[in-house]
Amino acid sequence: MIRRTTRALNNQTERLESLQPGITLQDRYLILGLLGSGGMSSVYKGRDLHFPNVTKLVAIKEMTNLVADQTMYEMIVTNFEREADLLATLSHPAIPRIYDYFIGNKNLYLVMEFIDGKDLEAVLQESDDFLSEEQVVSWAIELCDVLSFLHDHKPEPLVFRDMKPSNVMIDQHGHIRLIDFGIARVFQPGQKGTMIGTEGYSPPEQYRGEASPAGDIYALGATLHHMLTRRDPRLEPPFSFNERPIREINPDVSPEIEAIINITLDYDPKKRYPSTDALKKALITTASDTGLLIKPRTAEIFIRGDDIKELWSFECEDEIRGTPIVYQDMIIIGCYDHNLYALDKKTGEFIWKYATEGGITGQPAAEDGVIFIGSEDYRLHAVTARGGNLTWMYYTEGPIRSSPILSHGHIFIGSDDNHLHVVNSLNGRRVWRAETMGPIWSTPLVNDERVFFGCESGDFYCYDFRGELKWRKKIKRAVTSSPILMDGLIYFGSKDWTLYALEMENGWQVWRFRMGGPTISTPTSAEDKIFIGCGDNHIYAIHARHARELWRYATEHQVTGSPVAYEDSLYCGSVDGGLYCLDFRTGRLRWRFRTEGPITGSPVIVDNTLFIGSNDHKVYALLT
Amino acid sequence: MERVNKMDVLNRFIKRIFRREEIHPPGSIKTAPLEPSHLEPAWDLDGQQGIVVGAAQSTGIERDHNEDTLFVLVGNSAGQETLPEFGLFLVADGMGGHRAGEVASAISVRTTAHCLTEGIILRLFENEPKEHTLPLHDLFRQALEQANQSVVTRVPGGGTTLTAALLINGQLTIGHVGDSRAYLIVDGKSEVITRDHSLVERLRELGQLTSEEAASHPQRNVLYRAIGQGANLEVDIISHPVPDGGYLLLCSDGLWGVVPDHEIRRIIYNSGHPQVACDELVQAANAAGGPDNITAVLVGFPPK
Repeated sequence: MIRRTTRALNNQTERLESLQPGITLQDRYLILGLLGSGGMSSVYKGRDLHFPNVTKLVAIKEMTNLVADQTMYEMIVTNFEREADLLATLSHPAIPRIYDYFIGNKNLYLVMEFIDGKDLEAVLQESDDFLSEEQVVSWAIELCDVLSFLHDHKPEPLVFRDMKPSNVMIDQHGHIRLIDFGIARVFQPGQKGTMIGTEGYSPPEQYRGEASPAGDIYALGATLHHMLTRRDPRLEPPFSFNERPIREINPDVSPEIEAIINITLDYDPKKRYPSTDALKKALITTASDTGLLIKPRTAEIFIRGDDIKELWSFECEDEIRGTPIVYQDMIIIGCYDHNLYALDKKTGEFIWKYATEGGITGQPAAEDGVIFIGSEDYRLHAVTARGGNLTWMYYTEGPIRSSPILSHGHIFIGSDDNHLHVVNSLNGRRVWRAETMGPIWSTPLVNDERVFFGCESGDFYCYDFRGELKWRKKIKRAVTSSPILMDGLIYFGSKDWTLYALEMENGWQVWRFRMGGPTISTPTSAEDKIFIGCGDNHIYAIHARHARELWRYATEHQVTGSPVAYEDSLYCGSVDGGLYCLDFRTGRLRWRFRTEGPITGSPVIVDNTLFIGSNDHKVYALLT
Repeated sequence: MERVNKMDVLNRFIKRIFRREEIHPPGSIKTAPLEPSHLEPAWDLDGQQGIVVGAAQSTGIERDHNEDTLFVLVGNSAGQETLPEFGLFLVADGMGGHRAGEVASAISVRTTAHCLTEGIILRLFENEPKEHTLPLHDLFRQALEQANQSVVTRVPGGGTTLTAALLINGQLTIGHVGDSRAYLIVDGKSEVITRDHSLVERLRELGQLTSEEAASHPQRNVLYRAIGQGANLEVDIISHPVPDGGYLLLCSDGLWGVVPDHEIRRIIYNSGHPQVACDELVQAANAAGGPDNITAVLVGFPPK
């Protein structure tokens, strides 16, 4: 009893025995290598030996006969011949020419024009950022052109049926070429077919067995949506494009182009463009009106940066690399000029400073009227909040770049002397210290009698409160990023380009997410999202449960500081000097505030006022 | 029969390790509920409670054979330096003619359980944990892809849903393909944490079909993702903290498509024990006509 059917796209499972380079077919085609395989066929790069004096390259599509069943075999042969016949009769610059067709050793071969280029899926994978709207629109116009050619085919229109990025090649001249006509078929109105096509790009009616030019328009729209948003529809529920508006993901796209693509993606085929010609005209008209095809469109981002009210700023004598805290109506911040400053929260007026003997890179901690800060002078300093007078000092054997963390009357801090130090916060006496494989720049996370921290040696540690190692996880590269905890999972980044999610009890790796560069940024979380900056200039938002990228935002330089979520915004500084405010659900820019130097610390937000230090020596207070 | 034998082997294995019976082998149709007192875990010397599991299955009224498969493996230990508490729970709902459905669901469960046991659970017993092991999400993806491969190779034309949940300490990792479901039930509320990969359901959500049209749609049983579909299988993998004091329910559409969510919640909260709850859930589905095979696995988590 058949109760269900799965959509069997490629039920062929036996691995095709691929032809080895050096083999010659028909004494004419020398196999040079495998270009790709899928379904029941493979495509090889070959050389036509009828042209001995020049290298004439060809693409050879092979259909291996794996099927014992005679009826099945005949059906495959029929499909193959149909593709050959179809292609042979079509003459269009975007459709590969067919040179030859033969059967050898019961296998079927089609010899076609070799296209030197790559398919759109590869183009997408290899690009770090959004493809430009101009580029995508110019490809779209060419795709409309070739689809119109197919749809206008006489006597019967041809429906391509499988429009998707991997079936579109960009040749060496930058023009599109449509490949894989395996399922294109003569369109007869009302014809019912089996379900076929590629999940994610196929129109709703294709699942009902209807194939029509309107379906190709939908799939083209789906392809354009994927190209402009980088959101792979195969990873999303079917027909969910309108849940991912293009401009929410990529605000650089013009509203006009977004509107056109939305029409192509209508569930109702009748509400889409009546033909690819009409779609092409709409694209050309809009592109001309907006100047898209004349000049590259510069990003028209809505930047409110000038409107952001700067309450005050305060200038120190050197770079501010660290992060402030707000304590007793004061802003306390360390500076690379060796000083710890206390400023009035409302006015930015100087209250006191405390001089250490080294640069300060960390964030202070405060409790019971005492401020704690580490310095590159090897020491952890405890000074009074009132007046900034020394209470005690604790000596380590290396510069301190980690920030102190307070818990249960203890201070946890890492040092370049390869130790995590635990110090009594009242008297500055060591409680215990744990030896590590390298300097600790990461700031420890203390939770439920456990302390978690990363190490420059590429290790990640979990100790209990008695100083006993609970577990250690070997990471490939340094972990400068500080861990955070959400729902029993520990999150941190590493210079090995990866964001890790570890289970807190045993350090099991639950998932990891690879970014485009090394990171030393500390993640933050909001709702079910993890946000982290990266050396590839981006700020990433990753779904904490599914480990999937939700969005990424490109700044103009590395993002080493840590994002901060406040209400529904994400605030993050960049080495480009900008402080960015993004909508944390979409990654869309709300505003950007420019400072004169790289921002490497994190903002702190209290009562709608944001405090941030910059390497331009200043501390800024901004009204959010 | 082979599946049952495997379960017996596993039972013996578990008993050998823990010297007590902790798992409840799935029967066919359980009609006489067991006394809850027989099912409670024996040790709670310091008030420490482990998870409690129930499982039940039925062919249903209208079907003449059962294409669902379930699997339960639970590890409890006590002592000073204990193993983490773990559990592996699978529900698969097969499809395809000529026995293909039941073979597909059995093979996918077997393959997935094998991969996850080897890749994750056996590692819990190692004294020296290995460095550089794959993240749980990657291991799940591999396991489900391997199940897909096994079904494609061994049961051409067959397919199956598969919802697999792994518990280690306080974390659940769930791999999912198809329209069986994982629910988290806590504080009287239930949430479906998996997404049904059902085409008609999707069209109904979008307003393209009315509920009436969907119910009688010729392709209402078409999944847009299933184990056995061949290439390009996309797998959903989710991690979630355990619902303290709540439940995890895995079930096939023979349950959730027949018994409304509020009734499922009512039965679970009134039953007193997950095994009793599972028996009653299956009975409720049969009482409502039992149009399909019914499978339920319920895991109760102690309050924190």
